[in-house]
Amino acid sequence: MNPNDETPSSTDEIIICRDVHKWFDDFHVLRGVSLTVKRQEVIVICGPSGSGKSTFIRTINRLEEHQRGQIIVDGIELTHDIRNIEAVRREIGMVFQQFNLFPHLTVLQNITLAPLWARKWPKARAEEVAMQLLERVGIPEQAHKYPGQLSGGQQQRVAIARALAMQPKIMLFDEPTSALDPEMIKEVLDVMRELAQSGMTMIVVTHEMGFAKEAADRIVFFDQGNIVEENTPAEFFRNPREERTRLFLSQILTH
Amino acid sequence: MSSHPAAVVRPPAPPGPVRWLKKNLFSPWYNTVLTVLAATFLFFVLKGVFTWVCFRANWTPVTHSLRLFAAGQYPPEQLWRVGIILWMISFLFGLSGRVWRGTFMVFARGLAIALGALALIPLNLSLLGIGARLWLLANPALVFVGYHVGHTRVGKGRWVLLGWGLSFVLMILLLTGLPAIPWLPPVESGLWGGLLLTFLLAVVGIAASFPIGVLLALGRRSTLPVVKGFCIVFIETIRGVPLVTILFMFSIILPLFLPENVRVDRVLRAMMAMTVFASAYMAENVRGGLQAIPRGQIEAAKALGLNGFQTTLLIVLPQALRMVIPAIVGQFIALFMDTTLAYIVGLTELLTVARAVLQSNSEWLLLDMEVFLFIAAIFWVFTYSMSYASRRLEMALGVGKR
Repeated sequence: MNPNDETPSSTDEIIICRDVHKWFDDFHVLRGVSLTVKRQEVIVICGPSGSGKSTFIRTINRLEEHQRGQIIVDGIELTHDIRNIEAVRREIGMVFQQFNLFPHLTVLQNITLAPLWARKWPKARAEEVAMQLLERVGIPEQAHKYPGQLSGGQQQRVAIARALAMQPKIMLFDEPTSALDPEMIKEVLDVMRELAQSGMTMIVVTHEMGFAKEAADRIVFFDQGNIVEENTPAEFFRNPREERTRLFLSQILTH
Repeated sequence: MSSHPAAVVRPPAPPGPVRWLKKNLFSPWYNTVLTVLAATFLFFVLKGVFTWVCFRANWTPVTHSLRLFAAGQYPPEQLWRVGIILWMISFLFGLSGRVWRGTFMVFARGLAIALGALALIPLNLSLLGIGARLWLLANPALVFVGYHVGHTRVGKGRWVLLGWGLSFVLMILLLTGLPAIPWLPPVESGLWGGLLLTFLLAVVGIAASFPIGVLLALGRRSTLPVVKGFCIVFIETIRGVPLVTILFMFSIILPLFLPENVRVDRVLRAMMAMTVFASAYMAENVRGGLQAIPRGQIEAAKALGLNGFQTTLLIVLPQALRMVIPAIVGQFIALFMDTTLAYIVGLTELLTVARAVLQSNSEWLLLDMEVFLFIAAIFWVFTYSMSYASRRLEMALGVGKR
């Protein structure tokens, strides 16, 4: 999506992070990150490993707790109140680097589990939605297999379908293609591209610069626990403002 | 590759029985020697065991005390209650065999064959009367009936489960009796004995220690310091004390703490002791499984909006328990055999019956070999059934494959 063809309704802010800090014991991982995401925006976060980008998106659904600052998701502030946290998590889908499918459940059971238990949907409806999602990610014929019987790319597509089954307002992707063999990366990126075009609000941590160029509205560059630079893809790749960004880009684009 | 199709050769077919023998038993000369030696050794051992069991052994203490081995001092005129319990079990196994198939079907068949064979065993009618034989013979029929009831609308997993639960309560009521019903006079639990008592102790111990053990394991990993502390203290205390001590504590010390008008039944106290003991070990087995669950599984469940209880129930426990099936079943088997220690608090379980039988007749005093072999065989049949069931369960759940 291009920033110029934004509709007026998509201008309100769905995620607001202000001065977010996090420590792992003495290690200061996040050093005052501030970021605002609008509805239907697609944000790509990149940066060297250890820069805190994964930790940052995990604070948005409170898989990691932040120790200072403020995070507001769809009008709800993340605090110690477990009810707020669960409510926010129901609105945020997350896709992990290691898929994290439930190995003891079939593909269909993986996808219907949360709608059945956290949304209390009737079984028929949950299964209908699950089958639609499997069609959407292109593997309806795998519904009754176990995750261990699928390829990595198929597993990650199931994981995306599982997250979408809760009909979330926001999708977080934590290096979704980093654990995949090269020939399977495309099938996952295709699904993500289609999702971005459909108007989903997305935050994607990835090293796939091709995907960033095509699908992102904004690219955010992380280093040493903070945002160094954020810009539109075109500007980001053509005229990086910071020296650190230029160095990073030269390293990942030359090979 | 495709230009040389002939280069792809089918792997050689598995060798036939003769080649298998040659390859595995006779290939170099020293294997032939070993095979011959082992075969000779086996032949003499088996021949010795066979001739002893069939011709030399004197099985009279066993054949003359079948009732004692089955139910101890349970009043003979009330034994029909035990018979009805057996009927219920046969029926339920038939039903479960139809509904759950697999292992249950194997056990249903085994039960029908074993009880049928027992009914027709070539023994003097004074040792096993016509009435008892007919009672036993009804069991295969009830397995059959249960199997066919399984075809009807009752044949649903949850009804069968309910059936097992309800009939367990009914069985206990039958055994204890009710003062209000004239034809069901109370039978003091001190009279229960033999296989009946061994079974009761084991089944109650297993059924109660499993859920308690799971709760203790979860509690030990809790973030609430009080819960965690209690579980650690409980588990470590119980694991640090021998079962015999715990049995003594429950049977002698517990009554001292209770008010005078509260009397806990002797068998019940033994059951409580076994349960407490087994649940501490169960907790540690389950904890091993809990610790093997990758953190990503819990994160994925939380990210989907499941609460802590749902995450534990739907994601963590099914995977953790599946991993520790062998350890849990090992624990069950140990518990089954530990029931013999109940003799220490004056209960006449199977092994105690065996010794009582030996001492009951001066001519039988030297026949301990026969009697204890008989007891060992009974224990072996049941423990082997348990490990067989566990292997089938592992296969059905695809342990190590998914």
